[in-house]
Amino acid sequence: MVSGVAVVGDAAQWTAGLKTLNAHEGETLLKVTRQIFPHDRLDDTDYIKVVQDLDAEAATTPDTAKVLHEGVATLDRNTNNKFITMSSADQVAALKNIETSPFFQKVHGTELVSLYNNHAVWKKLGYQGASYPIGGYIHHGFNDLNWLPDPPESASPKPA
Amino acid sequence: MARFDPNDDSVVVIIGSGAGGGTLANELCQKGFKVVLLEAGKHQSSATFRNDEWFAFNQLAWLDKRTTSGNWQIAKDSPNLPAWTCKTVGGTTVHWAGASLRFQEHEFKAKTTYSNVTGANLLDWPLTLAELDPYYARAELKMGVTRTNDIPGLPGNNNFKVMYNGATRAGYKTVHTGRMAINSRPRDDRSSCWQLGFCFQGCKSGAKWSTLYTEIPKAEATGKLDLRPESRALQIQHDKQGKATGVLYADKDGKHVFQKARIVCIACNSIESARLLLNSSSSTFPQGLANSSGQVGKNYMRHTTGSVYATFAKPVYMNRGTIMAGIVSDESELNLKRGFAGGFEFETISLGLPFAAAFLKPGAWGRDYTRLLDQYPNMAGMWIVGEDMPQESNAVTLHPTEKDQWGLPIPNVHYDDHPNDLAMRTYAFKRGADIYNAVGATQTVAVPPYPSTHNMGTCRMSENPRDGVCNKWGQTHDLKNLFISDGSQFTTSAGENPTLTIVTLAIRQAEHIADESIKKNL
Repeated sequence: MVSGVAVVGDAAQWTAGLKTLNAHEGETLLKVTRQIFPHDRLDDTDYIKVVQDLDAEAATTPDTAKVLHEGVATLDRNTNNKFITMSSADQVAALKNIETSPFFQKVHGTELVSLYNNHAVWKKLGYQGASYPIGGYIHHGFNDLNWLPDPPESASPKPA
Repeated sequence: MARFDPNDDSVVVIIGSGAGGGTLANELCQKGFKVVLLEAGKHQSSATFRNDEWFAFNQLAWLDKRTTSGNWQIAKDSPNLPAWTCKTVGGTTVHWAGASLRFQEHEFKAKTTYSNVTGANLLDWPLTLAELDPYYARAELKMGVTRTNDIPGLPGNNNFKVMYNGATRAGYKTVHTGRMAINSRPRDDRSSCWQLGFCFQGCKSGAKWSTLYTEIPKAEATGKLDLRPESRALQIQHDKQGKATGVLYADKDGKHVFQKARIVCIACNSIESARLLLNSSSSTFPQGLANSSGQVGKNYMRHTTGSVYATFAKPVYMNRGTIMAGIVSDESELNLKRGFAGGFEFETISLGLPFAAAFLKPGAWGRDYTRLLDQYPNMAGMWIVGEDMPQESNAVTLHPTEKDQWGLPIPNVHYDDHPNDLAMRTYAFKRGADIYNAVGATQTVAVPPYPSTHNMGTCRMSENPRDGVCNKWGQTHDLKNLFISDGSQFTTSAGENPTLTIVTLAIRQAEHIADESIKKNL
């Protein structure tokens, strides 16, 4: 993985590390991935990681490279080369038009796994991940919900 | 551990090491039988399991390519993954959530009870609850099912608190933390539940019953079990007299081995069990082994499932603790006034963020969807498990052109939702939402079925050999030393999770095999 992603949104910093995609394709895919699963709590770095995963697959899978190159070209053609500068609403509309395309499906499918399997994203969206290292939730809040009454012991016995 | 020669024709060969095969292997070994247990997957352990949904999925799931057809949403959402079952020692007992409910008396008589449901290929089981009850009791004792044998129930987690309060406010009466094959106290040299929240990923505490670390090591301790992981059954062969002679399989190096057998038992989960019989056709059995009825692969069932998730103003953290932490049983009773035959249970369910993103709305994207995922910590979830109707056209068949790495046709799984299934799901979605709305849900989401973990019925039991593949012992009508030992022998699906009944039938089948062997009938 690229380690120099210190300056968020600095295209020169992170797109330089792409193997197969060019800088414009990287920047476009960053916008696309942000629109597919837009979370205000996430940073560009989280989406850049998805683009890097796409780039890594493209480096070893010519079909993926082709789909991504052509997909970005199509998006640009459909929007008169303005996709990355369009308003958010217009970007969504442009993506809606191609949501059944192999390009969209590839980006969506990769992002679905890559974005939501990123531990930094887990933290920001409130998912706690592995519990084995803390011995499970038995002593860490498995039944700490306090805005509803506790069920009777007949329904929910006390822990051993 | 024993090692038997491939030419040793005194062994019982069992294919598949899950709830059916793993249990049967132990039961037979305890009775002195020599058993070769073939398992397609690798041998993992609690130490190699990881609390990581995608990692565990790739480590444990059966991912060989399959195709789908029919009007079920699975054919659109995951066309090459119709089922979420396991390829690993212990089979799907590594993944299951532990719910262990007996079937009800009327569910063994689905045809009689529901009379004629148009389009359904209903049949009564050649078995009654009374016949199975003593074996259910043995299964519950073996598995350490809570709320049986004086074993206390598990403590409910946050997800259950939401279900309990909502369900009781919505008028339901039978709501508790379920009958679970998960230790609420240390038992059988296994710890009590740590409330890890990763039941589906292989239980790292060992509190959840799985053949991987119960039946299989116990069988090995007898010195009668030859467990062969990474051994993929390709074909069952037979002699001119119509007796199974053994199993051809590919070992971990891809080498073909023919293991002779006196008895062959198939427990590969419903899709592969049927496929194996169909792929074992011969000049004597041109439409597939044990298929004189034409019912092999037919009547595929997967339960009328679906989930309801809801978001709340305050945190829930459904990810903490057991996945199936509680149950609402009121809807499982016989009640034909709801506009559909069969009943269902509500059981809590939870998914981690990675799988929630993948499954809550398959294919969804954009702001509406991420607004829901942003609510992850405030989300509660429940699963619907209800009886689905057997239909002859819902079937596992061999793909006409696509073959696997061993040159055998891959399976196609065809499933059309029956109108009864749709009516039940619609009703259950509404009642599930009622439960959450009763405790102030800010949003409820009806989630379509995931790839099927409950796969049943492709080699069903029948009184009359014309109607099904095996008799009430799981013994095939056509070959007397060939047995079906998994959920594919189910005549109908009932409205309860299948594992307890699979284990129960395996215990009973082992007894039958022993009795018939003593009488020289086998």
